[in-house]
Amino acid sequence: MVSVKVEFLGGLDVIFGKQRTHKLNVPSNSGEEVTVGTLIDYIVEKMIKNAGDKCVFIENDSVRPGILTLINDTDWELEGEKEYVLEDGDIVSFTSTLHGG
Amino acid sequence: MSHTPPLDPKKPKNVKVSQLCELCHARKALIKRPKNLQKVCKLCFFHVFETEIHNTIVSNKLFVEGEKVAVGASGGKDSTVLAYLLKLLNERHNYGIHIVLLSIDEGIVGYRDDSLATVKRNKEQYNLPLEIVSYRELYDWTMDEIVACAGVRNSCTYCGVFRRQALDRGAAKLGIKHVVTGHNADDMAETVLMNILRGDVARLEKSTAIMTQSSGSPIKRSKPFKYAYQKEIVLYAHYKKLDYFSTECTYAPEAFRGTARELMKNLEAVRPSCIIDIIHSGESLRLLPKKAKRAPPTSHVEVRSDGSISLPRQGFVDGNRCERCGYLSSNKICKACMLLEGLQQNRAKMAIDSDVSVHGAAKLTRTLEKLTF
Repeated sequence: MVSVKVEFLGGLDVIFGKQRTHKLNVPSNSGEEVTVGTLIDYIVEKMIKNAGDKCVFIENDSVRPGILTLINDTDWELEGEKEYVLEDGDIVSFTSTLHGG
Repeated sequence: MSHTPPLDPKKPKNVKVSQLCELCHARKALIKRPKNLQKVCKLCFFHVFETEIHNTIVSNKLFVEGEKVAVGASGGKDSTVLAYLLKLLNERHNYGIHIVLLSIDEGIVGYRDDSLATVKRNKEQYNLPLEIVSYRELYDWTMDEIVACAGVRNSCTYCGVFRRQALDRGAAKLGIKHVVTGHNADDMAETVLMNILRGDVARLEKSTAIMTQSSGSPIKRSKPFKYAYQKEIVLYAHYKKLDYFSTECTYAPEAFRGTARELMKNLEAVRPSCIIDIIHSGESLRLLPKKAKRAPPTSHVEVRSDGSISLPRQGFVDGNRCERCGYLSSNKICKACMLLEGLQQNRAKMAIDSDVSVHGAAKLTRTLEKLTF
């Protein structure tokens, strides 16, 4: 179990009950480490109420292109993306860049 | 004297050498730049991003000293970052320009009213004058009324035509001859792609210009973010904690543009440089000169319903004016006036799903409002 803060920005909050910040306790699967991959699965299964909204967040088993993922303000590409092992107090933010300017 | 690396106030523990910024080699890299895959830290990112925009402005000679410049401000990420950066660069590099925020109120409840609130906050935050021009005062229609009358499917057509004119009219009202917009590299690549997919070759050549001006029009437009990635603009706004508004327009975006955008994003995921590469391809394309059309017989003169006659035209003339509103137009009547006429007569081509009662009611209310005794 890891407790992290998750932010949905750039309009993504619409599919999460219009709430931008969520404090989560992400359970680990059978004692394994909790990775960002685990977190994404958790978000898709537990937090997206409307099944039709899943494709707004996820595509081909990863975060949809056009959504910027930051782990503690660092581009997740530099942190190993889904492999990153979460620690207590980490902040993961998802920002949509798809809306108009 | 030995070199002291810049201090990092929040130096994270155990940073590997491979995680360090490739520019300062001192702080932890936070960003992988899509343009060149370079890993940079926050401070170096600010520096390179700002410098690149400055270089774009200088090398394209976008501004003249003493010029008044209107920033087309929607309250969204691009225009907010643009307004912030222009003010910053203007002070840092002494461009000597006067910046004004110019916003268009399309009249979309739940979307534009909220984003305009953001622009009003930006006005205070950046201490810049703000002018708001509304569709309602210009055209006597709000987008909500237009959609109620003409249906949601064509909303972007109306909105696009009206906004273009509204920005020009707003600028003219302020005596400004230069409008800058926040169009970024992603937008431009998307437009190039769309024009290719549609075979719209006439627009293809113009679509990559950083500055556009029609002869006869006093107002020029430019796009200082032409080479700036959307991802970097969003990151810049995020790290600088800029106040911007992010909600998709109530009326869904044009289906085709949406698909083109998705295609671009998928391409970018595989090959990030493709956005700048598409722009480069667009810039390098040159159209074959058109074959001269056979000239119509000179005796052919059109007699209009009001009895006036048309003089034979010399093909496409840039700098023509609309007979109704005087706005620049390649036809006798400009696109906006044509759309307005369609709305007025309630015979816009999508009349099938239009709601006559709403149209009638809106018109009637307007007419009643204008009555005086």
